[in-house]
Amino acid sequence: MSECNVDDAASNEAWVPFKDRPEWRDLKPIPQDDGPDPVVQIAYSEQFREVYDYFRAIIAADEKSERALSLTKEAAELNPANYSVWNYRRNILQELNKDLKEELKYISQVIEDNPKNYQVWHHRRVIVEWLEDVTDELKFTEKILKEDAKNYHAWQHRQWCIQQFSLWDQELDYVDRLLKEDLRNNSAWNQRHFIIKNTTGYTDEIIKKELKYSQDFIRKAPNNESAWNYMKGVLQERKLFDFPGVLEFCHELYSKQIRSPFLIACMIDCYEEMLELGKPKKEETLQKATQLCNELAEEHDTLRREYWQYIARSLASKYGADVSGDS
Amino acid sequence: MADTSRFRCLSPLFQSLLFKDDDCPTNTSIEQKAVEESVLKCYRTFRSSLDIYPDMPFLDREMHTDFLTKGLQTLSSSYECLDSSRPWLCYWILHSLELLEVIIPEERALAIANFLGKCQDPEGGFGGGPMQFPHLAPTYAAVNALCILANVTNKVFDVINREKLYNYLMRMKTKEGAFKMHDGGEVDIRGVYCAVSVARLTNILTKELSDGVADFITRCQTYEGGFSGYPGLEAHGGYTFCGIAALVLLNHTERCDLRSLLRWTANRQTQLEGGFQGRTNKLVDGCYSFWQGATFPIVHMIMCTDDDDQNLSAERWMFHQEALQEYILICCQHSHGGLIDKPGKARDHYHTCYCLSGLSVAQHFIGGSLSNEIIIGNPQNRLRPVQPVYNLSLDSVMMAQKYFGSLKLPSGAANKC
Repeated sequence: MSECNVDDAASNEAWVPFKDRPEWRDLKPIPQDDGPDPVVQIAYSEQFREVYDYFRAIIAADEKSERALSLTKEAAELNPANYSVWNYRRNILQELNKDLKEELKYISQVIEDNPKNYQVWHHRRVIVEWLEDVTDELKFTEKILKEDAKNYHAWQHRQWCIQQFSLWDQELDYVDRLLKEDLRNNSAWNQRHFIIKNTTGYTDEIIKKELKYSQDFIRKAPNNESAWNYMKGVLQERKLFDFPGVLEFCHELYSKQIRSPFLIACMIDCYEEMLELGKPKKEETLQKATQLCNELAEEHDTLRREYWQYIARSLASKYGADVSGDS
Repeated sequence: MADTSRFRCLSPLFQSLLFKDDDCPTNTSIEQKAVEESVLKCYRTFRSSLDIYPDMPFLDREMHTDFLTKGLQTLSSSYECLDSSRPWLCYWILHSLELLEVIIPEERALAIANFLGKCQDPEGGFGGGPMQFPHLAPTYAAVNALCILANVTNKVFDVINREKLYNYLMRMKTKEGAFKMHDGGEVDIRGVYCAVSVARLTNILTKELSDGVADFITRCQTYEGGFSGYPGLEAHGGYTFCGIAALVLLNHTERCDLRSLLRWTANRQTQLEGGFQGRTNKLVDGCYSFWQGATFPIVHMIMCTDDDDQNLSAERWMFHQEALQEYILICCQHSHGGLIDKPGKARDHYHTCYCLSGLSVAQHFIGGSLSNEIIIGNPQNRLRPVQPVYNLSLDSVMMAQKYFGSLKLPSGAANKC
């Protein structure tokens, strides 16, 4: 929520003070009114103070002009998180009927310099909306994601473009590429889910394919939570048990001495579901499930002891023979 | 020799908690290992200083207070990038100070309230600074800050123009039951939480305002169990807090899949570091001590009151409270005051606020009439308990309830509830 490095001092290259700018002589700057007893008072540089004094003046005059437009650029550069500046800039762009392609180029540069800022991404989205042109958007977000494969804003923008302009076709290939680069990229797994859910949906056939896909990744790295979460996400609307392969898959890994907490958790989920569905051998299933909870609590996932002990108690009280409600 | 058995980070098997990359290194695992290295270094340094200072770890209240009170007055020009977050700065600092039990003089309280009044828009809502457009995030921060100041004098509440605030919130509401952050601004679950929280605190949460909002929130719960900023996106700690806290405020917790939420949140505590990460396979960050940590008391409360769940603990939240305290106290204190994301990072008021808030959650179990304190290190590390839904002290929430509870709805809203 606060994405700026307060240790960075702003650069100040060849800045011209307003007193040396004849084109601004007619406008009276409006100082910020912090009241008589200011708090959290920022020691603004002279440049920052002046630019914003003039920015307030153009807003007060409701001026939408070329000079006002260039002033918003200066103001945005000094503080890209100032949403008032971006908002007013958009008003001017509309009023002056500016070339939005140019604006897109400009905002690309700003985003590259400030990739984790809400305002600049929102600005881009509005411009794309106005242009009704997404030609460069996938390429652009890809470029940002190359630097930081989990940038939330970039993914948000990408999803919006895909949904708004139906760009679903190539996306699974892109996700596949990202997962081959880093199978722990949870944003890419999430994108996979997003794409499938909004296109083919998780039909029986797709589920089988996706189970295999995620299980191949799990075999490579059984301690990778992302792939486990995705595998379970695939079956979200169904029962793990409808696809009997899941428990067998888990047993196979378990028998190879793999003790990933996510594997054991998945086995517990399978057993819990069997209990829910009233499958035979209830006591044995319950015992297996609670034993696995204890294994996690005492050995493989001791950090989450409280949680696993709670799950064990819940299972025992819900499905145990000795529960008071049953007698 | 100091007694090291009390600390999880000094247990003999601690090294076995290192990230397991299954012989398949990727960017994620490489970055993770580098962070673990720096965290281990902190824990080793702690081990060696324990012989000299047996009551370590120690929360340096004095230095943090100093950093905070200075910031409340003036900030260097490097804070220009937060010039649209000044009510946030007020809230981060005031909330940190209330957790540290530092008293604010009345004159100062009135000055802050007066400044926040300068940030209020004539048409309702608060902006990021004087004469900036109103925005839901600083509106939330300003209202929370005023609740804290009300402990000094409830005159500060006069600042809030409730009628206009209501109009502003309604103006921000979208057809899909969400909220724009500002006129022409972005829509996400932060807006929902901010709007619902201030509406509840100031007692203007009408049916008209809350209609359809739970539907939007529900659409943000992902297959992983956490909530995303907008439907389709990845589960994320900050947005998850916004989602579940807003559902509580709206009395619609039945719309949440608690089981998967609890699983996802429990898994966000990192094995070796003991702190929380924001998303699956991301790095630990001190601020998630609160965003993720607060979800536990909230979920606990829901399961206890709505489901009368007898299996819940009466002593502990469902995360490792000691491990989180160790991470915050040993790895997240800046040597010159203030708290941080992770070792090597710069200090700021945001991280100071959310590290301390998370520390408080980890110290206090409060379930109805039951309470249990777990204080790691020096007993003076104890902070005031927080009300997790608003992230305010219990007293500050009460101040708002007392003051606004008796006020009628604004005339524009009165016939719409």
